[in-house]
Amino acid sequence: MTISTMPDRVSASANSSRRSVSLRERLQDMLPKLVLAPSFAAVIVFVYGFILWTIYLSFTNSRTFPNYTLTDARAYQRLWRWTFESDPPSSWYTSITNLGIFGVLYIGICLALGLLLAILLDQKIRGEGMLRPIYLYPMALSFIVTGVAWKWFLDPGLGLEKTLHAWGWTSFHFDWIKNKDRVIYTVVIAGVWQASGFVMAMFLAGLRGIDGEIMKAAQMDGATTVQLYRRIVIPMLRPVFLSAFIVLAHMSIKSYDLVVALTSGGPGGSAWLPSNFMYEYTFKRNEMAVGSASAVIMLMTITAIIVPYLYSELKEKGR
Amino acid sequence: MKTIAKALAGSLMASTLLAGAALAQTKEVQMLHWWTSGGEAAALNVLKGDLAKEGFAWKDVPVAGGGGDAAMTALKAMVAAGNYPTASQMLGYTVLDYAAAGVMGDLTETAKKEGWDKAVPAPLQKFSVYKGKWVAAPVNVHSVNWLWINKAVMDKIGGTEPKTFDDLIALLDKAKAAGVIPLALGGQSWQEATMFDSIVLSTGGAEFYKKAFNDLDEASLKSPTMKKAFDNLGRLKAYVDPNYSGRDWNLATAMVIKGDALVQVMGDWAKGEFVAAKKEPGKDFLCYRFPGTDGTVIYNSDMFGMFNVPADRRAAQAALATATLSKSFQSAFNVVKGSVPARTDVPDTAFDACGKKGIADLKSASEKGTLFGSLAQGYGAPPAVANAYKDVVTKFVHDQIKTSDQAVIELVKAINDAK
Repeated sequence: MTISTMPDRVSASANSSRRSVSLRERLQDMLPKLVLAPSFAAVIVFVYGFILWTIYLSFTNSRTFPNYTLTDARAYQRLWRWTFESDPPSSWYTSITNLGIFGVLYIGICLALGLLLAILLDQKIRGEGMLRPIYLYPMALSFIVTGVAWKWFLDPGLGLEKTLHAWGWTSFHFDWIKNKDRVIYTVVIAGVWQASGFVMAMFLAGLRGIDGEIMKAAQMDGATTVQLYRRIVIPMLRPVFLSAFIVLAHMSIKSYDLVVALTSGGPGGSAWLPSNFMYEYTFKRNEMAVGSASAVIMLMTITAIIVPYLYSELKEKGR
Repeated sequence: MKTIAKALAGSLMASTLLAGAALAQTKEVQMLHWWTSGGEAAALNVLKGDLAKEGFAWKDVPVAGGGGDAAMTALKAMVAAGNYPTASQMLGYTVLDYAAAGVMGDLTETAKKEGWDKAVPAPLQKFSVYKGKWVAAPVNVHSVNWLWINKAVMDKIGGTEPKTFDDLIALLDKAKAAGVIPLALGGQSWQEATMFDSIVLSTGGAEFYKKAFNDLDEASLKSPTMKKAFDNLGRLKAYVDPNYSGRDWNLATAMVIKGDALVQVMGDWAKGEFVAAKKEPGKDFLCYRFPGTDGTVIYNSDMFGMFNVPADRRAAQAALATATLSKSFQSAFNVVKGSVPARTDVPDTAFDACGKKGIADLKSASEKGTLFGSLAQGYGAPPAVANAYKDVVTKFVHDQIKTSDQAVIELVKAINDAK
């Protein structure tokens, strides 16, 4: 026993002198992790923890307050039944069809308009420094401000229509915001107005990152401007498309305040999006289980769209 | 080390501060409410003054937003955190929900001393008494079945008070012929449903209203009478201006005040708008009961729900409850708010003509048993059902439900689904 302890002690003392160095090094290694730990913990609890909590609640019979006794999937059954009630449209049917219309148009138009504006601004025109912030400025406004401003502008008794009538164009007629079948398109208009400048800025940054030599080489090979953009520039902007798509997709699914401020739900609730449905059922109608179930479905929708897209894009990059 | 010491000292200081705050709370009334607009805030100041006289401080927790949705979300968070306010402004079934969750206090002692059992109409007690215990103090009674008419326009078209629904249609026709917007309506679901409450009462009578909208009797809900009520709603819809959808209620009231429109069907909070515009009842505007509903009152009521606070804060709570239902406050507050007192023994001397009629109507309706909760305002059934009802009405008004036959079927389906 004694023999064996001796070398141990020696090695221990040798270790301790080394440890003072390595402790410092190890601390330095750990520092980023230590600093990140609180925010990581917060994300685990407040994002993923609450996602699990919401999923749990959607299988209970919670009404005004959370109720922790598990029941069957009654909330999902109701949503499923409402999904197919189109005459008269159930609130859930309206919400999901509106999300389809709004999502496709909002993302599509923002991307197209943003790209077009960026290409035009990239033509080394004069006053770019002044034009760029003008397009970008709407993004600095909150959705509430955008919503209220467009509400007044589109109101036939107050804004555009009234003004044009006053100027003598009395046959002009634009009452989409009061029309149950058109109101969702006014939400698209306001949303596009707000976000397309931001998308433009993203594309502009992407365009500036493209090597001028490639463009010159292509021009020397006799490529026309249209060919240049279609075959070279736009394919090279693919990472920007990815970022813009992800930003816009999640913005369209969580759009809530824009609908409320612009239409206060629209005539007969015809402008609802799933987030409005979720808030309405959870907090106003005291049907927390149904609200949670709709939130889970929103999460699944966004996962179903974004995850495969991310996967294919990132996989290709890795190759 | 220094920073840790500092942090420790800071947290120590914070905890002593908290202890100090707890001490102060015993003499303090913490009040959550959404009465932030000018008139309402002024009305609350009366209560604040009354309490100050008795040595209680007022700690305001205002959460703005007309319908109180934001305030209710804030309240949920406070209660979940165990941080109960002394009292909170609450509506109808919310009080009962919180009482069922066991977080409400007990005001029975105060109620006995002040004689609330007798003074407060029985239908209101359904929402302020839970299992024999008083848990809330009603502040006022609003009634919903009113017509608000611009007198100048009325004189111009030579109209008289409509006594039946057909009279009302004839009156609206006259206004239309004179080139005035006949009916000022805000096309939001709660406003449409509030109007429909009156139409159902007018079409089917008091007994029918109670059976359909308070007892949720399925036979009444799908009866031909309900179908006729939807037909009547369809007839009224023809008299609104094309731009009505989504309009706020006070803008609709402003149309009547300015004489752009003849009449609005709205609860008595509309009177507050007339009074704020310096209009006088009888001279500038007229208040009639919705035709065919005289003698019956469809009500909603603001309540101060009292929470189960620790024993040392109960004296302040009792003082608040006593002051809330004192005759002087009931009179002073309701004159400003446009509603009528929640107890029927308050003198009506300070009220204008419409207020006097409102007080008399409430008293007689309470005695005759014709005082019913408004379904649109959440006093007829729990929020899930009330909102399902609003869905059907607004979808009918905005042509998503196309016929009254379909509307009746949808109404029964939606209410059963939400029950």
